[in-house]
Amino acid sequence: MITIVDYGMGNHGSLANMFKRIGVKSHVESDPVKIAHSEKLVLPGVGAFDRAMATINNAPGLREVLDQKVLVDRIPILGICLGMQLLTRSSEEGSLPGLGWIQGDTIRLPKSNDLKVPHMGWNVALPKTPSLLTEKLVDEPRYYFVHSYRVHVDDPAHSLMRTHYGIDFDSAIGRDNIFGVQFHPEKSHRFGMQILKNFAELNI
Amino acid sequence: MIRTRIIPALLLENDSLVKTVRFRKPTYVGDPANTVRIFNELEVDELLFLDITAAKERRGPNFEVLTNIANECFMPLGYGGGICSLHQAKKVFDIGFEKVAINTQSAENSALIEEIAGYFGSQAVIASIDVKKNLFGKQTVRTLGGRKNIRRDPVIWAKEVEKMGAGEILLTSIDNEGTWQGFDIDMVRRVADAVSIPVIAHGGAGKVEHIIEVVEQANASAVALGSMVVFQKKGLGVLVSFPNNINWN
Repeated sequence: MITIVDYGMGNHGSLANMFKRIGVKSHVESDPVKIAHSEKLVLPGVGAFDRAMATINNAPGLREVLDQKVLVDRIPILGICLGMQLLTRSSEEGSLPGLGWIQGDTIRLPKSNDLKVPHMGWNVALPKTPSLLTEKLVDEPRYYFVHSYRVHVDDPAHSLMRTHYGIDFDSAIGRDNIFGVQFHPEKSHRFGMQILKNFAELNI
Repeated sequence: MIRTRIIPALLLENDSLVKTVRFRKPTYVGDPANTVRIFNELEVDELLFLDITAAKERRGPNFEVLTNIANECFMPLGYGGGICSLHQAKKVFDIGFEKVAINTQSAENSALIEEIAGYFGSQAVIASIDVKKNLFGKQTVRTLGGRKNIRRDPVIWAKEVEKMGAGEILLTSIDNEGTWQGFDIDMVRRVADAVSIPVIAHGGAGKVEHIIEVVEQANASAVALGSMVVFQKKGLGVLVSFPNNINWN
């Protein structure tokens, strides 16, 4: 059973739809008491970094239970889009510290005349450090992106996929039980379906 | 590098998908859930649904139809038609859509785009602009499914909706829509060059060359297709298809 964390800033509907399609049980949960019983977490997110961190920090018991489940119980977690950026220490989009579960930071995408920001649309993500999350992918899998900030991890070994948009950036990251993808797997046809399948089958 | 988005724009009339010519003469195309299942298998880039009678009938979205669509689709989804409050937009997002298109209400309630963009981000709001020539050939913006002339120049209006906070513009030529004769290249170029947000060109596509032309010559960031993806050819029957292999220059 996968628990989709609801802190008021995510597209739970489409995530739940795709899990249903691949035959994986999932439920959307905001109650920290119930999140404490989860086996696997998905942290979605659409919106601004500070607003998301403030919401997580201010919901009574939510930050504590997430820290406990991820850092102590070490259950698998997948951050999606903003949810991946929250895994890092900080973001140029805001001033609040991130969750800091992966050593890295979130920085602004470079803007230029021929490259519009946000980076919106389909782009290729190529596997880098091999990981259970990126197994069985087709050659040149493509994903749907919508973001104005990108993640840079300190340790190249934590970069699981890279994407080119003006520069090469980390489009999937991970270490131990903690994973993040910048793109929207739930909106990326079979390419994203495989990532969510891999995450659902993870046995760490 | 990023690929140019090709977006089937599908028209909803009550529970059915239809296709119009110059916003008139709706032809029945099929059942929405069945049709989107095919588009899902074709792995299209994105889908946009426009309820063409909602604004005219002064009603909100048909959430049941939208729910059925979202259950079948694993690509980005947009919806436009009759949205006049943040609450309605939120309901559309909760179902599993990530963009709403605002047309009539951008003229009637100038705060709505800003309100939705402020809450969900600009990337979640498409300003839909329908343009039609008057008797003297002057192009003005229409709302209410083409019925109401708000007497604005499309370039000026595009800048206004950008200022309101729209993240993209769906620019539709009513005169070209459903004609298979190509996009209004000149208008698309004037609008695309005047704003910094992406412009989705819509209305008139009949062959792949039209798509390449509007992207390469008119700076459209994306294109929306109607007739081309639901009919075999002009005047022929229904065939759901998608131009998956475009040879960009």
